[in-house]
Amino acid sequence: MQINAILAAAAVFVGGLGGAVAKDSRDPIIIPVHNWSSQIVMSNVVGQIFEEMGNIVEYVTTDSQAVYESVRLGDVSLEMEVWEGAFGASFRAALEKGGIHDAGDHDAVTREDWWYPLWTKESCPGLPDWQALNDCAHLFATVETGTKGRYLDGPVDWLKHGKERADALGLNFTVINAGSAAALWAEIGAAQAKKKPVLVFNWTPNFAEAVWPGEFVEFPAWEDGCDTDPSKGPNPEALYDCGNPAAGYLKKAAWDGMKDKWPAAYCALTKISFTNPQIAEMAKLVDTDELEPDEAAEQWLDANRDVVDPWIRACS
Amino acid sequence: MAALSTELQEITDKLWGRSRLLIALLIMAFALILAKAIGVLPEWLNRIPEAAIPPTAQVLDAIFNFIQNELGIIYVTRFIAEGPLEFLLDTSGNLLEGKRRWPYLGPIPWSAIAVVAVVVGYALGGWRLAALGGGTFIWTAVIGQWKMAMQTMSVIVVSAPLAFLMGLTLGVAAWKYRWFERMMKPILSVLQTLPFFTYLLPAVIFFKVGPTAGAVATITFAIPPMILMTTLGLKKVSPEVIEAGHMSGCTRWQMLSHVYVPAARTEILVGVNQVIMLCLAMVVLTAFIGMPGLGAKLLAMMGSFKLGRSFEIGVTIVLLAVMLDRMSKAWVVKQPVHFERGTPWWKRHQVSLIALVLFIGFTLLSQVFPILAEVGRKQHLSQGKEIDVVIKSFLAIDAIKGTTEWLRWFLNVKVLIPFRNTLLAIPTPAFILLVVSFSYWVGGRRPGIYAAVFFTVVAFSGWWDRSVITLYTVISAVALAAIIGIPLGVVAARSSRWSKSILLACDTAQTFPSFIYLIPAIMLFGVNDVAVVFSILIFAAVPLIRYTIIGLSSVPPEMTEAADMSGSTRRQKLMSVQFPLALPTMAVGFNQAIMFSFFMVIIAAFIGTQDLGQELQRTLAGTELGKNFVLGLNVSLMALTFDMAISSWAEQRKKRLGLD
Repeated sequence: MQINAILAAAAVFVGGLGGAVAKDSRDPIIIPVHNWSSQIVMSNVVGQIFEEMGNIVEYVTTDSQAVYESVRLGDVSLEMEVWEGAFGASFRAALEKGGIHDAGDHDAVTREDWWYPLWTKESCPGLPDWQALNDCAHLFATVETGTKGRYLDGPVDWLKHGKERADALGLNFTVINAGSAAALWAEIGAAQAKKKPVLVFNWTPNFAEAVWPGEFVEFPAWEDGCDTDPSKGPNPEALYDCGNPAAGYLKKAAWDGMKDKWPAAYCALTKISFTNPQIAEMAKLVDTDELEPDEAAEQWLDANRDVVDPWIRACS
Repeated sequence: MAALSTELQEITDKLWGRSRLLIALLIMAFALILAKAIGVLPEWLNRIPEAAIPPTAQVLDAIFNFIQNELGIIYVTRFIAEGPLEFLLDTSGNLLEGKRRWPYLGPIPWSAIAVVAVVVGYALGGWRLAALGGGTFIWTAVIGQWKMAMQTMSVIVVSAPLAFLMGLTLGVAAWKYRWFERMMKPILSVLQTLPFFTYLLPAVIFFKVGPTAGAVATITFAIPPMILMTTLGLKKVSPEVIEAGHMSGCTRWQMLSHVYVPAARTEILVGVNQVIMLCLAMVVLTAFIGMPGLGAKLLAMMGSFKLGRSFEIGVTIVLLAVMLDRMSKAWVVKQPVHFERGTPWWKRHQVSLIALVLFIGFTLLSQVFPILAEVGRKQHLSQGKEIDVVIKSFLAIDAIKGTTEWLRWFLNVKVLIPFRNTLLAIPTPAFILLVVSFSYWVGGRRPGIYAAVFFTVVAFSGWWDRSVITLYTVISAVALAAIIGIPLGVVAARSSRWSKSILLACDTAQTFPSFIYLIPAIMLFGVNDVAVVFSILIFAAVPLIRYTIIGLSSVPPEMTEAADMSGSTRRQKLMSVQFPLALPTMAVGFNQAIMFSFFMVIIAAFIGTQDLGQELQRTLAGTELGKNFVLGLNVSLMALTFDMAISSWAEQRKKRLGLD
């Protein structure tokens, strides 16, 4: 026990001195993968980086909300994509319970907001300005919404506050929650053939950009406190009367024990940071070029040695 | 049971008393509704006030916490998960998909597995099963899904035998000890109706995310029928057989292993068949907690809107399921072969020997021809993109769009939304009274009492409106399924060729992963209740069709002949002879339809609902185990209410008709 502690202390000391880090454990690093392409490829890229550094890596498929509990317990070692909007709440809840920590941000910024595929603009040329929405509301009407427009928001657990925003800005829209990302794509896909105008929740970086070119609705710009202070934003009496922050974070998260168990890999993890175009490229390799995720990761790594090598060098 | 049969004898005397009680219940319910309509109903009688709702979720959270941390159960479960269970999964994973674990032998070449499937298929059911076995594995390899399929199978080959062994043991215990059976019964009922999302989280926490949690969830899901079938089979062993066992001086262990279990072989093997099918049904759902393979890939494909590839994965799952189903059923029918004394050993084990030789042969061959070991990425014949185009353009055809648009309008505006608003407007006590009177009317006193207890618990859970919405979806889906399924079953039952092909279609529809229906449902109807009902409808219609066909075709031919001779028309024969006799069987189908709907309605949360499923999905983040359990229990209690009422009706009816 004591020897271990001394060794660990020594390791930290040596690591702090010259970047020569103590040996990583031979246990496999468990990397979770979810059900969207960029995350799957990114996790494979990181896994292959770890393998180059001499680690053993295993992947496990999990639900993207349930994963934080597993990171906390150390069953998986890290999480590559923590989206501010979609997973912020689960991540914060796990942080409070302990066992997981923030391992730094990616350069990439995320944006999540009301979105429409470009064909929508043909019938509603006032877009992307949000004030055009009310004039076009009838274009988005469906049998259930009557004369009101219909906006398909993300799943409730993503806490997007679409209803509140529609009320706060006096939009003549009914807000309906989809149950999953797949439901959003199905809705866009169904509208595609007839070029029917649709308004759905969407985000970037995302494979959908390549399949359906589109734009975000430009709402009044986000001000800090828009969700807590009614006086912020154009409507002095309501919360959520702004667009979402146009630059939300995309974080990495790690299990608390990772630092000690695989110090070199952990060091690399904290250095790793991807940009929006890089993430889009990873997604494209799978979504458009139809590569398998591990192949896509290999190909991406080959093309981006100059990006990756400094991370590896800094930690070995 | 005893109470039930005495009740039956007095049934006619009681009929008057029964309808009086029914009327009283209904009058009370309608009085409450009327009071609300004219605005004199106090709010606390409309909905149970927030303050009166006990903090069940918090209490449960504390209990879970205690079990997990203070009691240290988690160390035990973690030991099991990371010790023996993981060892088994690693071994099968190595052999089947080449995971880098002991014994470092795998992966077994696909051709070797396919050829063994051919031999086993032939031995069990001739060339047809041989073709099915070989064809399934060849398809899987050629379409480029071998590795994924083997990842899935590596978990199933561990969980199915474990579920079998545990089910058998518990089933024997339940047969041996009456108190154990009495204890198991309610647990099994709840297990069978508990929504999947409820045991997903405990599986992750106690058994570690990954194949281990996947295996545990699969076993939990698959075990109940095994236990029930084992107990049933053992109870049915005839006294002569038992006598013979005693006379030849068997010990207690010998009695069990050489007399009872072989005599109950058929029922036990039916249980095995159920275990296999349920394991395959979990392939996609367990992908949420780390089950690798086909399910995970399917979720990823759906997340990037690739319908073609999802469809291909669905086909693979169906083929695997149908193959295992047919083979295990053939095994049920096939009685053990007995050899004469002195038969040489190679003759006794002919089939195993041929399989072994071919297995080794193909393993060696694949060293020479790598294509026999692995179909590479650029070699496979997946037509994902093409199928994608076909599906999408099919869904965009004007005539189809027009029809679905109209259906969407009609069902949503004219039927579903008004129905839902009506149900939500009923005051809670009146709603409970209505359900109780339904149960009482259909099933009798016991189901009526259970309905009262169960729905009161639901009312006090604090999720009443969402429970009502869940129920509304189920009722709508089952009603629509009955409108479509029963006539279809009636027509199909007329000819055996028709019923065969419709039953095959039912099997396929049922094993096709439910997730795949969700996207076409949305593309046809948009994100709304119609899409939800439509996706449930497919599942609810299957048992209705199946049991209508089975019920009608099992009507004794003497009966129909008698009807023919007395000159009844086809309609008269159907209405007054066939239907009454088939009704108990059809009720089983009706019951299953309701159970399947309760299962699917939760999955339909992925389309977008406002019911319990949506809340359950929200608890996936893993911090609210107590709430998760309360929600799951609500679903389970509502499902059980209907299950009890309908099964008790079917049983009484069967007795009265002298069937079974």
